[in-house]
Amino acid sequence: MTAATTTAKSGVRSMEGAPLLELDDVKMHFRTKGDGLLARGTKWVQAVDGVSLTVQSGETLGLVGESGCGKSTTARLITRLLEPTAGKIKYQGVDIAHMSERQLRPYRREIQLIFQDPYSSLNPRHTVGTIVGTALRTHGMVPKSGELKRVQELLEVVGLNPEHYNRYPHEFSGGQRQRIGIARALAARPKIIVADEPVSALDVSIQAQVMNLLENLRSELGIAFVFIAHDLGVVRHFCDRVAVMYLGRVVEEAPRDALYEKPQHPYTQALLSAVPDIAVVRGVPPKQRIRLVGDVPSPVDPPSGCRFRTRCWKAQDICATNDPVLEEKAPDQTVACHFAEPPVESIVAEVV
Amino acid sequence: MTDQTVRAPQTVTRTPRTRSEGEEAYLEVNDLHVQFPTADGRVQAVQGLSYSLPLRRTLAIVGESGSGKSVSSMAILGLHDRKSTWISGSIKVGGKEVVGMSEKDLMSYRGADAAMIFQDPQSSLHPFFTIGDQIMESYRAHHNVSKRAAKARAVDMLGRVGIPNPSRRVEQYPHEFSGGMRQRAMIAMALVNDPKLLIADEPTTALDVTVQAQILDLIADLQRDFGSAVVFITHDLGVVAEIADDILVMYGGSAVEHGPVEKILGTPLHPYTWGLLESIPAVSGTPGALHPIPGSPPSLLAMPSGCAFHPRCEYRDRVGGDLCATLKPELIPRTADLGRTSRCHLKEPDKVFETEVLTRLP
Ligand SMILES: Nc1ncnc2c1ncn2[C@@H]1O[C@H](COP(=O)(O)OP(=O)(O)OP(=O)(O)O)[C@@H](O)[C@H]1O
Ligand SMILES: Nc1ncnc2c1ncn2[C@@H]1O[C@H](COP(=O)(O)OP(=O)(O)O)[C@@H](O)[C@H]1O
Ligand code: SF4
Ligand code: SF4
Ligand SMILES: [Mg+2]
Ligand SMILES: [Mg+2]
Repeated sequence: MTAATTTAKSGVRSMEGAPLLELDDVKMHFRTKGDGLLARGTKWVQAVDGVSLTVQSGETLGLVGESGCGKSTTARLITRLLEPTAGKIKYQGVDIAHMSERQLRPYRREIQLIFQDPYSSLNPRHTVGTIVGTALRTHGMVPKSGELKRVQELLEVVGLNPEHYNRYPHEFSGGQRQRIGIARALAARPKIIVADEPVSALDVSIQAQVMNLLENLRSELGIAFVFIAHDLGVVRHFCDRVAVMYLGRVVEEAPRDALYEKPQHPYTQALLSAVPDIAVVRGVPPKQRIRLVGDVPSPVDPPSGCRFRTRCWKAQDICATNDPVLEEKAPDQTVACHFAEPPVESIVAEVV
Repeated sequence: MTDQTVRAPQTVTRTPRTRSEGEEAYLEVNDLHVQFPTADGRVQAVQGLSYSLPLRRTLAIVGESGSGKSVSSMAILGLHDRKSTWISGSIKVGGKEVVGMSEKDLMSYRGADAAMIFQDPQSSLHPFFTIGDQIMESYRAHHNVSKRAAKARAVDMLGRVGIPNPSRRVEQYPHEFSGGMRQRAMIAMALVNDPKLLIADEPTTALDVTVQAQILDLIADLQRDFGSAVVFITHDLGVVAEIADDILVMYGGSAVEHGPVEKILGTPLHPYTWGLLESIPAVSGTPGALHPIPGSPPSLLAMPSGCAFHPRCEYRDRVGGDLCATLKPELIPRTADLGRTSRCHLKEPDKVFETEVLTRLP
């Protein structure tokens, strides 16, 4: 490495001018046992198969896509709960993809993960005070004497009663448990939070409360987010940029408005057009509807060429032989499709 | 290679049917109460629910989890355990009273008059039997036909719910189907006896949006073909806008608002419905701030006095005296619109919506 790298007191190294987070052609192939008589030997689930992403400091990147497309696996790679099979995961320009647990320790503080399930991600036998306090201690955030005060501050920040530090997770509602998970992540004063479906398990009114909380934290603390959700409304609300994944790859990435108003990849167009839009009953003209046929193919044996071709209405012969690469098709908008173009009609309903 | 064809995008629009006067109700729920005695006390899951639904019409029941959507719908099929459930009121389906119906009568009623599809197809498909065997068994429970005829019917039904290669698929087991296909198979099984009432409890909640869109289209098509009444339970108001003719909004075990979809979503009259609309981050329009309902849903063990929504309601101060906390409002017409009802003391709710709430919506 020739560019200047500096090492902070925490032990985190950084390269001058590098983005906060950069994934470069990252792959995660899981080995599985072949099933059935014919499938002898091992097979590989190509859960993530060449993902490249960039997140600038303070920025929020949304990650959307159907079940099984590799969103959670990407989250676990960024937070290095998994070691990638290939590719680079650069934090401030320094590749952390294959660092040892010891080397990773200072990075673990700065990159935090929030889980989807507020029920299973909290230890039921620990009080909230212990849960958040443990996070403070693990990362050496405050001296022992200041721990309770900081725990209570954090509870207050996430909108919980600071007097409730002695209670157990089951004494809180789903939305409140998600707040505890957020307090635990904030304890480390992270620079980036990877949130894997943080509001998906919540009812809509509670979901809106938690989203407003995340929104405030983001603007007050300047934390960057990788925000994973399958709800396209939620992602639109929260994110500056959005990446759409399909079968282990990013197929389109663009600034929020460009992605929702001028999506160029057929899959993005289909995904957006499938979202039932309530605006229709308020007199907004109905949108064009694209109906995909069938389901997502297995990541064990993805189609050749373009992975979307088995469901794509625009597919031509070239799509089966040539794998389209992510290319810039409009300013700051990258698309992996041989026939990328903005839709003729608006995909989401237009407000009149 | 794959047994699917790729179709060009199509533009589909649907307009809700307007109710023609005097259409006879096929389903009539009257003052339904469902309670569960538990160690902690009595769970009052449904408290005085009344609505009716004619054939060829889709009613969406919406509300947050625990509001009583599933419990009330399971009562329509007589699915509650008699020993541990206390039910009162009346549920008439095609003129038959379901509350108190004998187990034997329920057996012949279920499937033939009314059928249900669930969020999780796993719960109604047995893993050890082929899809075909399970559909055939449902059919033969109500029709005295040969296995061969039942199988032909199963293949036909699988074809109608859009499963490719139905004659091959009929021999397969549930695990050989994808999530969307299992949901289709369950729909085929529910419809095999031509029930006039179909209850769908969050049938698309566990599915991806692209598959959800397919299933919603399918249910709408089938309803048109079979002419049945459909109760569609969901918490997604976008889905409601696409599929329903009428909406019933539930809160804390009671209906708080009921009427035609364009009215209830166009000019809702209940503060809870307003709160729901203001909580949804839309995919279109100008992204604005969300305005969530404060607090959390009530405990059904200790329901708030008066209006169940009052501890969370931002409008209660505008109602004179302590009315909201002391007197439960009736579900009645609140404006000149006679086709709709809501349960709230607030004066001129239509004006409050137009001047305050609407400006905050995207
Ligand atoms: N440890 C593992 N071993 C084998 N396969 C795995 C493993 N973890 C994930 N997979 C597979 O990798 C693919 C991507 O999984 P992932 O959990 O990242 O999906 P996702 O996009 O988060 O989906 P969802 O929306 O359902 O959460 C899936 O096919 C999954 O079954
Ligand atoms: N068998 C049961 N015993 C006790 N409580 C129950 C039982 N079934 C449902 N409930 C309670 O009844 C309430 C309404 O449940 P349900 O109708 O399933 O809600 P939803 O509107 O989410 O479908 C919930 O508080 C639920 O916990
Ligand atoms: S490359 Fe071909 S198959 Fe793939 S999305 Fe584009 S048009 Fe469709
Ligand atoms: S009755 Fe009172 S508390 Fe209940 S919704 Fe109306 S205004 Fe709010
Ligand atoms: Mg996931
Ligand atoms: Mg339910």
